[in-house]
Formats: sequence, C-alpha cells, structure tokens
Amino acid sequence: MIGVGKAKQYANVLDKPLSRGRQEVSLSAFAFLFSELVQYNQTQVDNIAELERRLEDAGYAVGARVLELLCHREKGNRRETRLLGILSFIHSTVWKVLFGKVADSLEKGTEHEDEYMISEKELLVNRFISVPKDMGAFNCGAFVAGIVKGVLDNAGFPAVVTAHFVPIEGQQRPRTTILIKFAEEVLHREARLG
Amino acid sequence: MPPLTAPKSGDALFASVDRVNAELFTLTYGAIVRQLLTDLEEVEEVNKQLDQMGYNIGTRLVDEFLAKSNVSRCVDFKETADVIAKLGFKMFLGVTATVTNWDAEGTSCSFVLEDNPLVDFVELPDTCQGLQYCNVLSGVIRGALEMVSMKTEVTWVRDMLRGDDAYEMRVKLIKQVPEEYPYKDDD
Repeated sequence: MIGVGKAKQYANVLDKPLSRGRQEVSLSAFAFLFSELVQYNQTQVDNIAELERRLEDAGYAVGARVLELLCHREKGNRRETRLLGILSFIHSTVWKVLFGKVADSLEKGTEHEDEYMISEKELLVNRFISVPKDMGAFNCGAFVAGIVKGVLDNAGFPAVVTAHFVPIEGQQRPRTTILIKFAEEVLHREARLG
Repeated sequence: MPPLTAPKSGDALFASVDRVNAELFTLTYGAIVRQLLTDLEEVEEVNKQLDQMGYNIGTRLVDEFLAKSNVSRCVDFKETADVIAKLGFKMFLGVTATVTNWDAEGTSCSFVLEDNPLVDFVELPDTCQGLQYCNVLSGVIRGALEMVSMKTEVTWVRDMLRGDDAYEMRVKLIKQVPEEYPYKDDD
C-alpha cells in the first residue's frame, strides 16, 4: 500500500502550525455537508427528539474543539471562569469566528434566574432549511445548541441547551433562540464568587 | 436570452459566492466522521457512507456550479478535468487542484491537492488506519460527473493523513452515457 512505512509529514498533529483561521470555504459547501449530516441522522432515528439529540451530539464535538482552539488563539490561553464572561465569549468570539458575526442578542431569562438566551434572526445552519410540516417543532439549530453546550461543558459550566423557533411579528421566518439553562452548581459557584 | 458571458476565473468565482469560516466546515465534517465511526464501527462501512454522502452532494452541487460559473459544455474529458480543478474546487473549497498523470488514452488523470480544508486538526489514530478520511471529496466528483453524463471511478492514491506528501485522487472515465430524455412514458 502506498504511504505505509513512510515518515509522516508531521510526527504529530500538534507540531503543525495552527492556522490563523482566516481561510474560508463557500457557504454552499457547508450547507451541502450540513444537509448530509441531517439526512444521515434522520435514517438513524425514529423520532424528532432523538434526531435533535443526535445533531446536538455532533455539535457538541465541534463546541469542545472550538473552545480549546479559540482560548488558545484568540485569548492567549486564558479561559473565562465567570458566567457572564463565558456567555459573552460565546456570543461574541465563538459566533464571530464560526458564523462571521456576533450573535444578534444575548439576554437573561425573565422568569428563571438560571436561563439565558442567545438569539439569531437567521441562524446560518437554518438558512437553507425548511422544516416539513410533519416534523413539527424540529429545529436544525440543535446542532448550534450542541456547539454552545460543548463550549460551556468543557469550560466548566454544565448546562442544558436547546434551540427553538420564535416567531417575530411582521416577519415570515421565525428567529432561532438558543436557550441555555445552567446546572444548579454553576449558579451556586457564581453566588459564592460574588 | 441573457448575453453569453465568458467563464469566470476561479478567484472571481470564489469571491462572488457567500462564504463561511473553513474551521466550521472542517470541524463539522470531523463531527460527521466521528458519528459514522461510532455508529457503523467498521472503517470500511464508514468509507462507503462518506463516499455515498459525497455522491449525494455532487449530484446537487453540479447544478449550482453550472449556474454560477458560466462554463459552457466541455469538449473532452481533459477540459472537464481542468474545469473541475481550477473552478470547481475553487468555487466550493477555495483551493485549486493540479491535474496530472494523464494516461495515454486521456481517460484517467489525477487531481493533486496540496491544501485541503477537510483535514485541519486531523490525525488518524492507529485504529482507523484504513479510513479514507476524504472520501466525501471523491464521492462529490463522482456524483457531479455522473450528472453531466460521465460515469467515473474515483480512488485515493495519496493521502497526507497516511504520511504521503500530497492528496491525490485518481479519476477514471468509465464511459460517457449518451443523453436521453429522462422520463419513460409510463412514469
């Protein structure tokens, strides 16, 4: 077989210089790939909740890596340790790198102390998606919710993260809200830190 | 009828389409491969599934390519290969490929990629040495060419993840399928 027995280009992937993250591919290339991800996962499940869980799982893998990459490259190896810090890191830094813009809004839930919401008028992954009627409230944003969860979990802020469509008045397309519900321990720790 | 326009250059073409950060693309692809490895267990099955996904993408992507690139019908397989290398790769992945190693009949050639946005951050663990990580790309080529009446076989011959010095895929033209009206009477 070709290649067997030859020395690798880099002995280790970590020896490779880290890219500056300026490289781009076409949005269609991503959209095609994402569509395959969704279609493949549809064949593996028999209900919507399971499909969302699997997309979230795929996103989680991305989030975990994005956290490590961006802390190293954008933050000089520093990681946020406070609740608002990590939220704004996601809303600004992570969003900017992944989606080319900061998220439209970051709000605190009015009814529950432990809930925060990141909203996006037109989430990149939903741009070419129209959900069939029989799939109800299914939202491909579950993938992005997974990314957010991946970042939060690995930064030490366990949370339940879900994606929801929220209709906006006068607009045909609803916006997507990523709802973050932090684990109790996170809020206790925040309270202790003052 | 709109005026006929010359094909765009690869750079102009890439500049004219919406783009996203390559890392989102790379990591999403990685997530797909990881899911497939967990679900299918056999590396060979993963290779097949990646190829199938690529094929699905290729059959759809070719429409967008033809609509946006202004290329006209290619006279032969050589021209087709050049268009894919210079415009196709560029329009979707922002990189170009080199076409080399033509056989005497002009029916098989190699695309060599030095830059490959799929593989940033990737290292094949010992358990996955048989994985054709970039199989989605060969699937795309096969799918896209099939939509323009060319049956091909696409295989990887060099892969940097396996220690080679470049990415090289071999495209072999099996046959040109004559164009037919696609619907039967009883459909």
